[in-house]
Amino acid sequence: MSQAADLVEQLKALESEALQEVARQDGVEGLESIRIAYLGRKEGRISGILRGLGGLDPSERPRVGAEANRVKGSLQEALERREAEVAAGSDASGDGVDLSLPSRREWEGGRHPVTQVVDELVEIFRGLGFTRARGPEAETEWYNFVALNTPLDHPAADEQDTLYLKGGYLLRSHTSPVQVRVMERHKPPIRVLAPGMVYRRDSYDATHTPAFAQLEGLVVDEGITFVDLKATLAEFARRYFGEGARVRFRPSFFPFTEPSAEVDVKRVVRRPDGSTEESDWLEIMGAGMVDPAVLEAAGIDPERYTGFAFGMGPGRIGMLKYGIPDLRLYLDNDIRFLRQFSGR
Amino acid sequence: MNVSLRWIRHLAPDVPGDLHEISHALASRGFPVEGVEELAAGLEGLVVGRVLSVRSHPNADRLSLCQVDAGDGEPRTVVCGAPVIHAGGFYPFAPVGSTLPGDLKIRKAKIRGETSYGMLCSERELGMGQDGSGILHLEGDFTPGMPLVEALGLNDLRLDVEVTSNRPDLLSHRGIARELSPSGEKGLRLPAISGTTAPDLTGLPTELGQGEASLGGVTVRIEDLERCPGYLGLAIRGVEVGPSPLWLQERLRAAGSRPINNVVDATNYVLLELGHPLHAFDLDRIGQRTIVVRRAGEGEGIRTLDGVQRSLGSDDLVIADPERAVAVAGVMGGSDSEVDESTRNILLECALFAPGPIRSTRKGLGLSTDASYRFERGVDPEGLRTAILRAAELILATAGGTVGEGIVEVRPQPFQRAQVRLRVARVERVLGIPFPPERIRALLEPLGFELHGPDGGVFTVSVPGFRSWDVTREVDLIEEIARTHGYDEFPEELSAFRPGTVPDHPLFLLEDRIRDKLVGRGLLEAHTLAFAGGSNGEVALENPISAEEGFLRRTLLPGLFRRVEYNLARGNRDVRLFETGTVFRLGDNGGQPREDTHLAMILHGRRRPPHWSLQDEGLDAWDLGGLVEDVLRLIPGEADLGMTPWTGQDEGAPGWLSPGAGWILRDQAGAVVGWAGAVQKDGLDLPPWAGTVWAAELRLPPEPGEHPVPTFTPLPSHPGVERDLALILDRSHPVGQVLDEIRTSADNTLRGVDVFDVYQGEGIPANARSVAIRLHFRHPERTLKDQEVDQVVDGVVEVLRRQFNAGIRGRGS
Repeated sequence: MSQAADLVEQLKALESEALQEVARQDGVEGLESIRIAYLGRKEGRISGILRGLGGLDPSERPRVGAEANRVKGSLQEALERREAEVAAGSDASGDGVDLSLPSRREWEGGRHPVTQVVDELVEIFRGLGFTRARGPEAETEWYNFVALNTPLDHPAADEQDTLYLKGGYLLRSHTSPVQVRVMERHKPPIRVLAPGMVYRRDSYDATHTPAFAQLEGLVVDEGITFVDLKATLAEFARRYFGEGARVRFRPSFFPFTEPSAEVDVKRVVRRPDGSTEESDWLEIMGAGMVDPAVLEAAGIDPERYTGFAFGMGPGRIGMLKYGIPDLRLYLDNDIRFLRQFSGR
Repeated sequence: MNVSLRWIRHLAPDVPGDLHEISHALASRGFPVEGVEELAAGLEGLVVGRVLSVRSHPNADRLSLCQVDAGDGEPRTVVCGAPVIHAGGFYPFAPVGSTLPGDLKIRKAKIRGETSYGMLCSERELGMGQDGSGILHLEGDFTPGMPLVEALGLNDLRLDVEVTSNRPDLLSHRGIARELSPSGEKGLRLPAISGTTAPDLTGLPTELGQGEASLGGVTVRIEDLERCPGYLGLAIRGVEVGPSPLWLQERLRAAGSRPINNVVDATNYVLLELGHPLHAFDLDRIGQRTIVVRRAGEGEGIRTLDGVQRSLGSDDLVIADPERAVAVAGVMGGSDSEVDESTRNILLECALFAPGPIRSTRKGLGLSTDASYRFERGVDPEGLRTAILRAAELILATAGGTVGEGIVEVRPQPFQRAQVRLRVARVERVLGIPFPPERIRALLEPLGFELHGPDGGVFTVSVPGFRSWDVTREVDLIEEIARTHGYDEFPEELSAFRPGTVPDHPLFLLEDRIRDKLVGRGLLEAHTLAFAGGSNGEVALENPISAEEGFLRRTLLPGLFRRVEYNLARGNRDVRLFETGTVFRLGDNGGQPREDTHLAMILHGRRRPPHWSLQDEGLDAWDLGGLVEDVLRLIPGEADLGMTPWTGQDEGAPGWLSPGAGWILRDQAGAVVGWAGAVQKDGLDLPPWAGTVWAAELRLPPEPGEHPVPTFTPLPSHPGVERDLALILDRSHPVGQVLDEIRTSADNTLRGVDVFDVYQGEGIPANARSVAIRLHFRHPERTLKDQEVDQVVDGVVEVLRRQFNAGIRGRGS
């Protein structure tokens, strides 16, 4: 090894030794003595090494000199930084670090509360064997109504006041068209969820917005029965709303399911004093056995296969779950609102 | 559907009495009670009073003094202002201490020197009607002192029952009674009309024709039998049109209908009781006493009962005489043939109309009526004769008159009940628990279904007319079985299941990863709706909520700009939002609109939350750039998706982007997928203290591929070597190009290039900057010699001199 290289190595070793000492030092006086020990003009150890420069070939001197300057700069910077830290962190007596001072944080992000509900629902149904499917939001009358056993001249086609697009298309009024699209492309067994936005011609108020999130579920296989529907949704309710949650099925009418049901949930609410009580019945979704006409329209033999479907509104469930009084809060996106649900 | 509970009990005496029980029964059958109104409300303290004598008030001509017996044996004096009071008559009486609707408390009062102990009441004072001119005379025989609500039949509850659109049979009291009665169809009766002296009409003859029929001078002809598959007409002559008796008026009010006159009330009564809409014409205003059911002419006009002149089209069906239309079929009558006080002879109409066309006429006219509501859902094709006779009976009882020779009926063919096969085994296959045949029979028969069999495990079920609209298939009967069995009775036992064949959609997975990443980087997720104005949309809505929301958005950012404005206006200074959502473009050749999922993010404020150890620093372009790079790395197959500084010249940049302060984002194929950079502030409505707003938006791939599986590379066993270069570069040379040049000009021992300082100012020429670069070298198999590294660096320096005229301010190792 050349003499110059040797000096460079010495400088590097010195640097790392010094930096470690700086990091360990908690007092201003201590840091000052490190400064003197390494950077002192006469006694300093760097100066000591540089005394060896004289013995070098002149062409090699600049390299060693540059390295020495770099190490000096690096050490100087470390000392200043540590001094600032020590000064800021010391208590009045000047020794020890005040750990009661607030720590350094980063901005806290968060998923939108509606997304959080969707994610929780998806997670639960994933455990029951479901995967996620997508479909277009700008749909045809065929997928939104006709294939779902809803003739266009039936009053049921009116009940969800539909937003139409110029040119004959419409904005899907429910996520149920995804049922048909999935069944056209895949053969049973089918267990899918279709989360997505749906559209209705509603004005904005506390419980209505012209677009909102919906989560559709579809199961089609041999031997699927009404008991499976009830059991699956009861299991879901217990997992989502907590042990002790009960579901109630009430007969209802949807053109694309038969028998059809409205599903209500009663959950156990823990009061501040630790005692518990049951909530009222809360309407959370519509469900039913897939109508044979829907299976047929999607090319599935209704004699061989049966299925069930359900649909719920994550926004509405979020209102129940978080006590949000007005759907429009979801859309204001006031960061003070969004932050209430962050960090989860 | 407004339901009077008393009426229900008249029709089905075995319906339980308890309101809670009834509500529960209806809800568990699928028809929740949305509201309950107590009809006696406010009249509890009032009684029937008998006026014993009437004499005039000594001090006032228009007042009289009545002695009123209120049943307690102590007749009292009441001052009364009504013109006509009969001694011996019964009147509503409000004794001292009682309260009238509207919270009017009755006190002892001195009127013109005479003390009045209570008040005789008019309809209006009772809150029952508009008539305030006279005291309400109670017809019939009463006991003085009997509670008024009882005397008037007001002790009733009105239920608001939600009826689903598949069950038109429940748009009547009879239908609701059928669902509620424990014995179902068998428990129903049609109660006698009170006070009727009219002859029994059940045997009234019918003149039946297939397209036309005449009887007693009345002719009915149907020209469109498809849309009007049945029409019954019945003439009643010599009626006296006037107010209905009180009981009938109250019955109608209890069900939420407004009394008009005895003829019209009779038709409304039957509509509410049996669900069949009827219409009464003034027979003398029907030309040639001939009814023609036909399509309207294009632009044909008619003034309907609501006084509106309407224009019809050839798709609308009308009831006409030979000259003109007299009613919009199944929707509303015409005012020309309206029944009023002068009417002497009427023609009752009871018809069937096809639901679909009624619906399109109703929508076309924007005119929904009780009749159209039922016809478009479907009325009982077997119930026409019962309905028209019921109405006739009521009219004869309340308006007098006589029926003519009989009913004129046009009907191409008699109604045939559907025969639906019901496999006992199929019931279990759908519902999951076994239903023995006798159980199936017990569940279906009360609803009016007739079951034959089972034969080889198959029932043949005959469907009554009132269910002919919603029960046409086996599964419709299975639903009835489940519904009447009770959904609560089914177990909740989870069975094993087969996993599905549909893979999780990869775009959901990508969205999940992007969300996690950006949330980790301190961004809050926003939700905005897809509606936009014309400046950010090309897919237009046909029936938008408002003009400002007349289109579907083409990009996400304009919506997020509004959210930033909203937050800054509320003093929220540090706004870091992102959103993934659908955007829309016109489809090719008018086809289905094209949808993409976009990701947008928007930032304003400080780089980090304020901290005592830190100086506040605003966000800059490289904060945004880093976020964008993080996202791009998550998109499979597009790891080296490019970010190139935008010079400000390219076409197609979004309007919000400040020229020269942003990047173009491209996919692997070089197609532009998005933009990032500083937002032009003149497009935003921000407070004066606002800083730069940073934003990015990009299109996510519709079907993202998968990330390549990483392959292990052995960790380096030989030390690396570093070299620093301080370059003086003209500012016109982007550092990115210089770095690229270094990478290409060095040999493959160069493993990395960092920029560790950029400086301009003192000591550097005005149009130049100093850029400090660290080069990392390593050889996979041996330790590099200083000399060979120096040689590579020399080469690099030479290239940089040549390409960029770079000056070398320093070199170090």
